[in-house]
Amino acid sequence: MGFETVWRQHDFPIVAARIAGKSTADVRRALGRGHRSLTLDDLAALLSPAAAPFLEEMAQTSHQRTVERFGRTMQLYAPLYLSNVCGNVCTYCGFSAQNRVERLILDDEAILAEAAALAKMGMQHVLLLTGESPRVGTDYLVHALRLLRPRFASLSFEVQPLDVGDYLRFGQEGMNAVMVYQETYDPAAYARHHLRGPKADMGFRLETPDRLGQAGVKKIGIGALYGLSDWRAEAWFVGLHLRYLEACYWRSRTSISFPRLRPHAGDDALALSPFAERELVQVMCAFRLFSQEVELSLSTRESARFRDHAFRLGITSMSAGSRTNPGGYAQKQSSLEQFSIDDSRSPDEVAAYLRTQGYQPVWKDWDGTYDGQIIERAAREVRAC
Amino acid sequence: MKATPLTIAGVELHSRLFLGTGKFGSGPLMRDSLAASGTQLVTVALRRVRTDGAADDLLAHLEPERYRLLPNTSGVRDRHEAILAAELAREALQTNWLKLEIHPDPKYLMPDPIETLAATEQLAKRGFVVLPYVHADPVLCRQLAEAGAAAVMPLGAPIGSNQGLASRAFLEIILAQRQVPVVIDAGLGAPSHAAAAMEMGADAVLVNTAIATAADPVAMARAFALAVEAGRQGYLAGLPSRTEEARASSPLTAFLEQGQEA
Repeated sequence: MGFETVWRQHDFPIVAARIAGKSTADVRRALGRGHRSLTLDDLAALLSPAAAPFLEEMAQTSHQRTVERFGRTMQLYAPLYLSNVCGNVCTYCGFSAQNRVERLILDDEAILAEAAALAKMGMQHVLLLTGESPRVGTDYLVHALRLLRPRFASLSFEVQPLDVGDYLRFGQEGMNAVMVYQETYDPAAYARHHLRGPKADMGFRLETPDRLGQAGVKKIGIGALYGLSDWRAEAWFVGLHLRYLEACYWRSRTSISFPRLRPHAGDDALALSPFAERELVQVMCAFRLFSQEVELSLSTRESARFRDHAFRLGITSMSAGSRTNPGGYAQKQSSLEQFSIDDSRSPDEVAAYLRTQGYQPVWKDWDGTYDGQIIERAAREVRAC
Repeated sequence: MKATPLTIAGVELHSRLFLGTGKFGSGPLMRDSLAASGTQLVTVALRRVRTDGAADDLLAHLEPERYRLLPNTSGVRDRHEAILAAELAREALQTNWLKLEIHPDPKYLMPDPIETLAATEQLAKRGFVVLPYVHADPVLCRQLAEAGAAAVMPLGAPIGSNQGLASRAFLEIILAQRQVPVVIDAGLGAPSHAAAAMEMGADAVLVNTAIATAADPVAMARAFALAVEAGRQGYLAGLPSRTEEARASSPLTAFLEQGQEA
């Protein structure tokens, strides 16, 4: 049994209605609980409209619990786009196959040029991204890991969903984390926004974190793309997924991101569900109250002003200086990008701001020595939840 | 009573307060807190420092002549990863001292006793001075000492929890039967917790979260230093035993002292 079975037990519109019906008393009960005892029903209350007047209280608690667990530190990382070739047609993405943009797969020379530019920026944690295509499959990714592993402390992936055997190989080659965002847990919206290509298979994507856990991947990142359906229900399903992973694959760390839709090529006709900054803060704080240990990440999709204020409300890692187009660091051009970023400050500028706020920017919080030893144990640990 | 230094693997330590270096808001704040604590032994997470010889912002704020470094293996999940990390730490930080932490559970960071015992045995054979972080398990602590641990570091409470000596009953047994120094680690959230640990007879305590996340870390470091000193002095002075109720001098045996009845 995988997460799809659990997910099928909850009907998206019914969940949305249940959250909408939460009362002030429900919110007070959730806020009164000890930090190890919040239930999924409490999470629903914290995500509800009834929680809006309690946002400051949620933010204070979220800040306090984050400092207790993670200290006054902020992990900095950068994305490295290896390719924008993609076989999917998705309504919200600049890489969508139907968009007539130049396609690129970085070769060795280009990858090393990007690596050199990132290292010069001080980056030690790098997230490797691609579109979904057999042309950037397992062999290409293994090759990229071999090129990059000597140069960085931590390499993670945000690539197409793959199989347990692929993840075991990546682990052996020095990859320690995989982010795989469901985009939407609403089956109707999923079908509406994923028109063609392998990504149209919702179930395969839903159970990708299971396969990561079975392969012993050390960190599993999940999340929804806010703006495709009812954000409150999306966030609740992320919480359901989080609890499931924590129970089944307890050796893996977890992280959550909160991407909101950004402008991109080909987005003219898109009808979006509104998701304001105030609501994003509500989601961030609700997750921190729900889990003191989950890592929460905030990307450059958000504005400098928002990030400068919101980072202390539960966030543990931030990207900085990001380019979302393959070759973007070495070439400094902005064509071919997946989405346009909002906070365009350099990593040094972001780090300097964090320091003025009494936070220590952390460039390295991993070591490649810890990677590559998972094969034997992982094989033993592969079992259904 | 004269205070004697703590000796671990032949090294004398005059401060019985060990500090962690994580969670501080800045390098200078960490440096000043360490100085205020009077500590001589500080843990450094291997994962946080550059092991390739590049400039490192954490190490830059640690004065090498002042502190002995105790690299920790935070992040490893089993004996194999622990041994690789230990070898790298010895190479990169030029010390064979090691705080062995193996927690396969990243949520509560609970130490794995089976892997820790196995790794301790292997690392001791490789010449490491091993200080394993473990549950407050008296049998395990005995086994670790036999396996070559230079000291044991049982937890007072879940790491970072500030709950104090939640494991007190088991710590008392560990202290009573100690074969190597006992450093109480994790969960000490207030100077009074540290003082209580030292009054129980702990050889030292290790503190990080309570100092690093205090509103004023430097002042809190000083407070912990005073508490550790007070607790140690109290232990050495010989605490009177406690009793739950007032006790008359000899109600049951006084008759023995009285003259025989005629």
